[in-house]
Amino acid sequence: MSTIPTAGPGASPSVNKRRRKIDAFSIASFIALVVTTFLMLLPLFFMVSTSLKSKKELLTFPPTFLPESWQWSNYREIFDTLNFGQMYMNSLIIGILTVVGTLFSSALAGYGFARYRGKGSNLWFMLMLSTMMLPYPAIMIPQFILFSKLNWIDTFLPLIVPAFFGSAYNIFLLRQFFSTLPDELFDAGRIDGCSEFRMWRQIALPLSGPALATVAIFAFIYSWNDLLTPVLYLSSSDKFTLPVGMSSFTSSRFRIPPWHLLMVASVLAMLPIVTLFAIAQKRFVEGIVLTGIK
Amino acid sequence: MYLFISPWLIGFFVFALYPILSSLYYSFTDYDIIHPPKYVGLANYKEMFQNDLFWKSVVVTVRYTFISVPIQLLLALGFALLLNAKIPFRGFFRTAMYFPSMVSGVAMSLLWYWIFNPSIGLFNYVLSWFGISGPAWLMSPDYALYALMIMSFWTVGSGMILFLAGLQGVPSSLVEAARLDGAGRFRIFLNVTLPMISPVLLFQLIMGVIDSFQVFTQAYVMTQGGPNYSTWFYVYNLYTSAFKEYRAGYSSALAWVLLIVVMAFTALIIKLSNRYVHYEGGGRK
Repeated sequence: MSTIPTAGPGASPSVNKRRRKIDAFSIASFIALVVTTFLMLLPLFFMVSTSLKSKKELLTFPPTFLPESWQWSNYREIFDTLNFGQMYMNSLIIGILTVVGTLFSSALAGYGFARYRGKGSNLWFMLMLSTMMLPYPAIMIPQFILFSKLNWIDTFLPLIVPAFFGSAYNIFLLRQFFSTLPDELFDAGRIDGCSEFRMWRQIALPLSGPALATVAIFAFIYSWNDLLTPVLYLSSSDKFTLPVGMSSFTSSRFRIPPWHLLMVASVLAMLPIVTLFAIAQKRFVEGIVLTGIK
Repeated sequence: MYLFISPWLIGFFVFALYPILSSLYYSFTDYDIIHPPKYVGLANYKEMFQNDLFWKSVVVTVRYTFISVPIQLLLALGFALLLNAKIPFRGFFRTAMYFPSMVSGVAMSLLWYWIFNPSIGLFNYVLSWFGISGPAWLMSPDYALYALMIMSFWTVGSGMILFLAGLQGVPSSLVEAARLDGAGRFRIFLNVTLPMISPVLLFQLIMGVIDSFQVFTQAYVMTQGGPNYSTWFYVYNLYTSAFKEYRAGYSSALAWVLLIVVMAFTALIIKLSNRYVHYEGGGRK
């Protein structure tokens, strides 16, 4: 990595040659990166810029890079269109309750799997892991029938309640984390007469901040972006989540979609995710790595 | 232990085991959700194999998967390799590359719906810089599926992060040793780096395949399966037959075929990754 060996005079010709080669390669890859990054950011740039354009400017071709007149009022107008504020609130409520439910149930189950070895615990663990690969479309029909028998159609319940029963991915993640906590901590707790439940709450949970934050972020993003489940269960427009409401924009209700407002909606929909990313950038990336690699 | 896992245990029976088994049962019935299911034996499965729309959805899904997943992986790996080297503004490039992955689902579909607009969209405008006049993308049966593939490359940033993590796990001593032995850049990549990150590659390959078997949002928001069924994805087909045509029985049969295919791929990942763990020369515990 460092440049120590270049000191020797005999080494200089070959080292110099390699140097130059590396430089050419680096420059080429740098240019490649600049070009692709530009292309990657271009749609995002236009998303923001279009969100500030006037309705008339939308139809100009080629599209203008910056708005001719900055229509900040678009950001007010969206709240007068299509219940946007209501949809945003609905998504937030569902997202937050999903996070609460997921944290509670997954931390319980993860702890149970990490700290106890009982009869059949391996079997249940394997079953739990196998549900990780269960594609949602494969079980959505019976779930839909079940929830419609419970009269839960067009309520938030089908979107929230399952989270309170844990999801395999998060249980697995937290179980891995709880397994790394030293046994001595829990032995000490036991000697002090702590109940099992209290040890979970007062020893395990406080030590698991990063892992719990990762699970919370993922649960929120998943709920925030999900389209299929709310499309199935929500039918009245005042109950729509953001994805459902936004997808109705492209439907035939508008002959020419109001692109400027659509882009406002997209920018605002991205906001919570970007905020989460900004707050927990390092943890976020670690979390992606943690869950991705298993 | 059972006290702690009881919420999950209940959830497992109610939200996983019961739906799987009842969907197996429904798949042998004629069921419109309102009237009680009527047993019809293998009729749904037989119909499926004779149904044009079923085959259409299989072909669309497989084509999408086998073209877009490998390219996504190559791009993600390529960018990860570039960004693993010492390059100025590395942090900026990493964040910029990952940023599109934060616009997921419906917002991304809407954005690209506009980008692919043939008359006012960005895509054909950028193409015109290079003297290419682009097609009508989402409105053309020949190009709509390719448009969705192109869109999927926009989010390679999330895969790139996984590869970066894998690359950071490659011991630099191995790379140094290979370099001292006179191996060139390409040889080092092929014989040292690639084997070391093969588990990440494999994991992403299988997950990518499983995910793209389940494409729904893009088809729902951008094309409604059209034009002329050119983006009639498998799960979109499943959704339509269950919730537009109210054929829960037939749709359950579709669901079971999907389940079996995904399970087969899962078995594959376990088998292949077991082989890798053995190659590493030690288990985890």
